[in-house]
Amino acid sequence: MSMIGKLVAQRLALGLLTLFVVSLIIFLCVELLPGNLAQEILGQAATPETVAAFNRELGLDLPPHERYIAWLLDMTKGDFGRSLASQREISELLGMRVQNTFFLATLAAVIAIPLAVTLGILAALYRDSWYDRIVNVVTLTSISFPEFFVAYILIIVLAVNLGIFPSISNISEDLGFWEKVYRSALPALTLTLVVVAHMMRMTRAAIINLLASPYIEMARLKGLKPGRIILKHALPNALAPIINVVVLNLAYLVVGVVLVEVVFVYPGLGQLFVDSVSKRDIPVVQACSLIFAMTYVLLNLLADVLSIMSNPRLLHPR
Amino acid sequence: MTDAMTGDPKGEIILDMHGLRIEGRSDEIWHEIVHGVNVTLRRGEVLGLIGESGAGKSTIGLAAMGFARDGCRISGGSIMFDGVDLVKASDDSLRQLRGSRIAYVAQSAAAAFNPAHKLIDQYCEAPVQHGIMPRAEAESDAIDLYHRLRLPDPESIGFRYPHQVSGGQLQRAMTAMAMACRPDLIVFDEPTTALDVTTQIEVLSAIRDIVRQFNTAAIYITHDLAVVSQMADRIMVLRHGNLIEEGETRGMIEDPQKEYTRDLLAVRTFRKEISDEPNAEVPLLSVRGVNAAYGKVPVLFDVSMDIHRKRTVAVVGESGSGKSTMARVITGLLPPSQGEVFYDGQALAPGHRRRSKDDKRRLQMIYQMPDTAINPRQRVRSIIGRPLEFYLGMRGEERDARIVQLLEMIELDPDEFIDRFPGELSGGQKQRICIARALAAEPELIICDEVTSALDQLVAEEILKLLQRLQDELGLAYMFITHDLATVRAVADEIVVMLQGKVVEHGPKAEVLRPPHHEYTALLLSSVPEMDPDWLDNLLDERSGQTA
Repeated sequence: MSMIGKLVAQRLALGLLTLFVVSLIIFLCVELLPGNLAQEILGQAATPETVAAFNRELGLDLPPHERYIAWLLDMTKGDFGRSLASQREISELLGMRVQNTFFLATLAAVIAIPLAVTLGILAALYRDSWYDRIVNVVTLTSISFPEFFVAYILIIVLAVNLGIFPSISNISEDLGFWEKVYRSALPALTLTLVVVAHMMRMTRAAIINLLASPYIEMARLKGLKPGRIILKHALPNALAPIINVVVLNLAYLVVGVVLVEVVFVYPGLGQLFVDSVSKRDIPVVQACSLIFAMTYVLLNLLADVLSIMSNPRLLHPR
Repeated sequence: MTDAMTGDPKGEIILDMHGLRIEGRSDEIWHEIVHGVNVTLRRGEVLGLIGESGAGKSTIGLAAMGFARDGCRISGGSIMFDGVDLVKASDDSLRQLRGSRIAYVAQSAAAAFNPAHKLIDQYCEAPVQHGIMPRAEAESDAIDLYHRLRLPDPESIGFRYPHQVSGGQLQRAMTAMAMACRPDLIVFDEPTTALDVTTQIEVLSAIRDIVRQFNTAAIYITHDLAVVSQMADRIMVLRHGNLIEEGETRGMIEDPQKEYTRDLLAVRTFRKEISDEPNAEVPLLSVRGVNAAYGKVPVLFDVSMDIHRKRTVAVVGESGSGKSTMARVITGLLPPSQGEVFYDGQALAPGHRRRSKDDKRRLQMIYQMPDTAINPRQRVRSIIGRPLEFYLGMRGEERDARIVQLLEMIELDPDEFIDRFPGELSGGQKQRICIARALAAEPELIICDEVTSALDQLVAEEILKLLQRLQDELGLAYMFITHDLATVRAVADEIVVMLQGKVVEHGPKAEVLRPPHHEYTALLLSSVPEMDPDWLDNLLDERSGQTA
């Protein structure tokens, strides 16, 4: 197990480096965008004097590298700083929205992962049957459309025509758990449709890939039932690639919600991110990017640890 | 116990395959690969199926379970197992027979055990799933069988994962697994082919004892006539899906009726002519006090050896003895941690990156697996042409003329073979291409790493003769790495015996093969199966006599 401990420590260190590089790249990219905060807030009619005063007040007149270093020093002390646009504490701004986004991603994952893995296992078991083909066509179709398109289709069918779910996901803190689930159903379904195909196809491919192995032939020659051969003999050896794809999709769920949140007016990180970019509110953009990057780093670490745990050769050395 | 050897009448017929035809599919066309073979087997009888690869032995063995691999189908005949025709039986009733009444032992136990589960879990699966006994009973039964098969730590070995157990032990654990439901018939598909000779003996005697103890009928598939003569009551010789000859073991070995069987028996007769002692000149290659390690794991300890021009030095030892590591050190793939390699009196750079092109050219390698040693997407022309361009700077017509010459040297018709892909060649032909590629560089020393172990005996024999002819014509020196002592006897001038990374004995062939031997050399020599049905019994008697 010390091997896993070492791996985790190494990855966390590398993860910190990744976060630093990400923050630098984001900062530079936002700097390169045309326009600035003062214009966005004060409007086109503002005089040069007011713009200069505004910039001085927020420290925006300093050269970029000084602003970046100041921000970085604050970050190392755990201070996210204040939003330039609203002057509110960023941590306060993020709190609820991070929770909401993770709530939505978790909801989608809870539906999507068991669904995808089950579909994939069944597709491997009944490979080349009609079931297999239909599942493949349906999932591939859903992945081929952009999320916002899938989202609008779902709104038309499930919200407008059938009236089952609300078309706008108006979430607030005081709602009960099931009420939240009900209101988030459509964005969660949209995300599910987008990620299921990938995970399902990887599950199917990883299992089928193993079916020519001598130990699968051995299992067949032991007279085992086909379902048991797939579940007991193929699946455990196919876990590593499946875990990797599942975790990558989890990361996508957290990071890729931007469009879906906008469509459903869901009060999550994605919306905040889009708003902040359009206002050139650099500290907020930085904070959001860091949360996204951190999600990626941690989930990939999780994938590696789980892959090792699923491999008896690594878990039980000679 | 002796009745198994003398072929006394056995029980009733348990398996009767009649007019068995099997087809295989290639390029969407079905070709017949087994052409109407009859096999009968009585309870408690051991039948040996022997032949080269492609003879259809494994296919027939699997058909005895009513099973055909993907891309194969049973197209005719009947397979009567204890009154049931397996050709007509439903999938469900076949499934109920497999594992419980007919069991299978695969060639490579390391690959046939599921890496994700402990041995005992895999053992218990068949009895529990077939409803023969509950888990707890199966577990204690497993431990009992592990005892009988003389596995070390029978109480605990089942709770290990396959990768934690050695090859010979795994093969015995797999035999135990096949025995789990006390089947009427076991199909052994080349169970010792992947093992070292010394390990092979333990597995052979364990298998033979257990089959006799439970009076199980068995089909024993192998390409090694010496092995099968230890195991079988009766032998069937197969070739290209046809039966060549069938008979009781002793009669078959002593008086084969067919030409092909005689060829198989005679296969180990090739001997190179005894050449003169090396002259006292500087050795072509000299390894001096080499230690080497993979990471922190030391593999070679103070190894020294010489190879003289025009001579063949055979390096013998079991897997893990460091033979191939030696080759890696000599070729510079693994720089030694201590010691040096001299070529023609000059020290070679330890790593291949720092060796000159000419140093590399003079030292070529031929590998065990011709399938993986050549690029399947290149034609023969570019495979052989590459070293000509790289080392000798040949281009265009000059290069093509040389390729033709090289193909003639390895006895392949240039017009027919020059534009083929490796996939269109047989195993022996691929190995010839590898030899031509090595020759293209005009080397002085060729390292042959187990070059014949993946080939059938008759094909291997041809390759050995070819290498010998090339040595005589071109004055090459060979370093011949092998675990097969028959090969050593055939080709070597000098022998180096390795054990656990050390050289335990070395000298001219006659000297090493003549007693007194080093203890380990004696063990290796006595472990090579002989074409005598009593060999295994005598050897085991002798060894138990020594230890008693």
